[in-house]
Amino acid sequence: MAAVPIVDYLVLGDEPHLVAKQCTSCGARFFDRRNACASCSGTSFEDAVIATSGELKAFTIVAFAAPGVPVPFVAGVVDCDGTSVRGNVINTEPDADHVSLGMKVRLATYAVGTDDDGNEAIGFGFEPIEN
Amino acid sequence: MADDIFILGINMTKFGKHPDKDTIDLAAEAAMAALADGGVTMQDMGVLAAGNLMEAAAGIGQQLQKQIGQTGIPVYNVANACATGATALRTAIMAVKSGECEMGLAVGVEKLSGAGLLGGGGSAKSDKKVFEPKGRYGAVTSTDGRIGTNTMPGVFAQIGMEYGHKYGGTSFELFAKISEKNHAHSTLNPLAAYTKKMTLEEIMGDMMIAYPNTRPMCSANCDGAAAAVVVSGAKLKTLSLEQQRRAVKVSASVLTSDPWQESCQVLPDVNTLTKMAAKQAYEQAGVSPEDLDLVELHDCFATAELVHYDNLGLCEEGGAADFFNSGATWRDGKTPVNVSGGLESKGHPIAATGIANIWEVCHHLRGEAGDRQIEGAKVGLAHVIGLGSACGVHILEKSAA
Ligand SMILES: [Zn+2]
Repeated sequence: MAAVPIVDYLVLGDEPHLVAKQCTSCGARFFDRRNACASCSGTSFEDAVIATSGELKAFTIVAFAAPGVPVPFVAGVVDCDGTSVRGNVINTEPDADHVSLGMKVRLATYAVGTDDDGNEAIGFGFEPIEN
Repeated sequence: MADDIFILGINMTKFGKHPDKDTIDLAAEAAMAALADGGVTMQDMGVLAAGNLMEAAAGIGQQLQKQIGQTGIPVYNVANACATGATALRTAIMAVKSGECEMGLAVGVEKLSGAGLLGGGGSAKSDKKVFEPKGRYGAVTSTDGRIGTNTMPGVFAQIGMEYGHKYGGTSFELFAKISEKNHAHSTLNPLAAYTKKMTLEEIMGDMMIAYPNTRPMCSANCDGAAAAVVVSGAKLKTLSLEQQRRAVKVSASVLTSDPWQESCQVLPDVNTLTKMAAKQAYEQAGVSPEDLDLVELHDCFATAELVHYDNLGLCEEGGAADFFNSGATWRDGKTPVNVSGGLESKGHPIAATGIANIWEVCHHLRGEAGDRQIEGAKVGLAHVIGLGSACGVHILEKSAA
């Protein structure tokens, strides 16, 4: 049985982290492939490790979603040291008493499910950093 | 100097449920009424721009011609997310402005009743469950709900919350109060899908869709169409005095797309392109936000209306919450916003919205808005935005004639 990341920009291991493709000209970061940089039109990219903690700069608590998507959940955008990352806020109650703008969070992984070959998909989210 | 462009005739159907009419029936109803409003027919049109999103490949323009007049003129079928109607109008304006023709017709139509939640869906499915990387992010399973949300109420909720994080002053209650305003305005608009006044308690206590947007704070999926006839200034001078008196000047017509911003790949940026469009429009028209007697802006969700106060320059940067709290955007305020009831009440038949907003503004500039007339309105602005993104801004002025 192997562990597979839910998306290819999640790197598993002892210290799970996200990795982006960074434009070598202007530093713009992308989680998917680009032929030319959307910011400066440069064509050379290198891998960049994204900070694993940050600040929640936007969120919503989704109560009504597409069929098969469990609700409620907290979707948000985390400012990871200058790189905006899309992810859910996890390991806390999904309500406005437990989630707030500006809260400090860190990357956390969890098992999403197992396929028929016994491979386990690993997802990621951001959990509150206890003070 | 380029010739001015005018709206000669314009119309919107009632927004709501039209189970007995198909897409072409609705488009034809709006188009025929807009032509009649302008005192012209399809025989006078030199171009047709037709907007429809849900059946974007269906050639709605040619289907409409078969319904109301096949004259062989060029047809542009356009699709540009929620800015589709504004894009159709702008296409007709560009054709007239270029001198290719003297008059053009723009139509936007959508059948959306019962469409439910837009933007969701797309879960992975196969017989054998195997985690194989697929798509641009190498996802092994559906990411909607696991890595953020694809739902429109959720996306626009985050856009409003992001503004609150940056500038402060926002709360669930504040966003709900914006919705309270638009629902109050809607009681005066017989063409709105929903015309019921709602209390703040009713709005906040309604079904939560995506915090902080409850159901009445979301735009309503519904059916509807809107159409406009545009004419060159030179041609207008040859028409009757009554046509000249009712014509509304298009002082600015602008369309933008979203320039790259750091976070735009994870949360759509509806701000930068709106700011760009507004700046260009004010320059084109030679007016400033203080000159606006009314604004129809894209309140697809209550959280969106707030950020566009700032994006359109109606308030100072970061001051949208204070601006709203001052009462400025109520119909008796300094800058009335969405006196039609907005998308939250009037409804949002996607491709019709961008022309219906223009219709609302024209209605006031012509002094024909009845009970909801903004007295003495001379200048108005209409704004729409579609995710992806596309932004249309038009500034309209009362005819001098
Ligand atoms: Zn670059």
